[in-house]
Amino acid sequence: MIKLPLTDLTYYPGCSLATTAKENNISLIYLFKHLGFNLVELEDWNCCGSSSAHSINKELAFDLASRNLFLAPPDRPLLVACPSCLLRLRHAHHKLAEDAAARDHYEKKWGQPFDQNLEIVHVFEILDSLNLLEFSKQHAQRLAGLRFVTYYGCMLARPPALKHEKNYYGLMEKILGSLGAIPLKWGYSSRCCGTFLTVARPEVVTPMVNEIIQGALNAGADCMVTACAMCHMNLEVRSTLKEQVPVLHFSEILSLALGLGGIDEHKGWFARHLVDPRPLLKAMHLLG
Amino acid sequence: MKNKTPDSSIKFTDISRRDQNLGEEVKRRSGVDINLCWHCQSCAGGCPFVSAMDYPPNRVIRLTQLGLKKEVLESSGIWICVGCNTCSVQCPHAIDIPAVNDTLRQMALEEGVKIAEPNILQFHQEVLNSIERYGRTHKFEIMLRYKLRRWDWFTDAAVGLKMFAKRKLELLPSRSKDMKTIKGLFKNKRSSPIV
Repeated sequence: MIKLPLTDLTYYPGCSLATTAKENNISLIYLFKHLGFNLVELEDWNCCGSSSAHSINKELAFDLASRNLFLAPPDRPLLVACPSCLLRLRHAHHKLAEDAAARDHYEKKWGQPFDQNLEIVHVFEILDSLNLLEFSKQHAQRLAGLRFVTYYGCMLARPPALKHEKNYYGLMEKILGSLGAIPLKWGYSSRCCGTFLTVARPEVVTPMVNEIIQGALNAGADCMVTACAMCHMNLEVRSTLKEQVPVLHFSEILSLALGLGGIDEHKGWFARHLVDPRPLLKAMHLLG
Repeated sequence: MKNKTPDSSIKFTDISRRDQNLGEEVKRRSGVDINLCWHCQSCAGGCPFVSAMDYPPNRVIRLTQLGLKKEVLESSGIWICVGCNTCSVQCPHAIDIPAVNDTLRQMALEEGVKIAEPNILQFHQEVLNSIERYGRTHKFEIMLRYKLRRWDWFTDAAVGLKMFAKRKLELLPSRSKDMKTIKGLFKNKRSSPIV
């Protein structure tokens, strides 16, 4: 069921979804189309600066994020998929709103004032604004019996300057739960995945990730569901435990449950996982 | 006055050479008032990486308050921090500790002190090089160049191959088009010394 006409949203995929996490990207585009939104990729977007720019060069981090704000068309919201990109873009926008010197710098650089009214929204904000529970009635028991834990990573923590923004803890549980899946309680939902330390200090990240995965195993989870593509990769790449748990992007499992994208697409998404989720999905009759 | 010889098992820090302006400078550059910290250690208790740090977050703040510039700029704690904000959420004064670490790292690079975590710095530099080259991060090349710098081909070779087989690492980058503007953003901003 696609509601027509579709509403256009400017879409910032970010580097992870554009490359390593394509399955996250594609399933998200299907999901949003189903919900009545056409995602128009931000023309010529650049990296938000990631962790590295603000780590060693704050001015560069601000300029990299600013260029994306400058490119965003004024008449529609900018949708961001990656919690980390969201933080960088919002942080720059917040700085522009608060700091006259930053505005001055921006205007000199980009030749126009910044768009104070530009809405920068995360995927979860759109999902939260829709009545998805109503929407999923027709697929009510599609995920019946799937025992899952949610992993939000550091998405739930924010710098103090942005602390008054709404927190979407529980959204994944609510939506997947409405489709018959069983959210399990566990203690690692908002533990940091280790981000870039996975490259530079893998020996620090491995025991942390193992602890998280072991937590999911102890909770009796069939799978973990992630909100962030970077977390997804770290959880898949760094665990050295014998026993493993499939890790699914939220957009993937939701699109799969709603039957979006078709069988060939689904096969493509789940073939890209390092911990193969296909046996689980087949056993649940979700994948042919 | 003669001092008693300190117990050799306790690590003392010489606080006679203090930079009285350090706290003010960090406050000016980060916009964070570190004097709000009352050392309850909630940040250290919550930090997922504290065991890999020489000084936990609150002690990084303490060193800064005391003006112990060399100690704080050469600490590993400022580099291990990934900015997950767990600490600032738990801090009763909502002190933006990751922002303080951003500032301290940049000061460490400017002052040319010994960098406690050269691997981490090299990784950040490779990420920025990638953005300067393509406008976006190209993970495959970042990994190759990082490995080339460190001459370390064995750690993670298996993981890399597996990612490659699953087409998680791509040979070609995703690129921005207007590279002239993007490269322009990098001009005069290479504050990092060669390590």
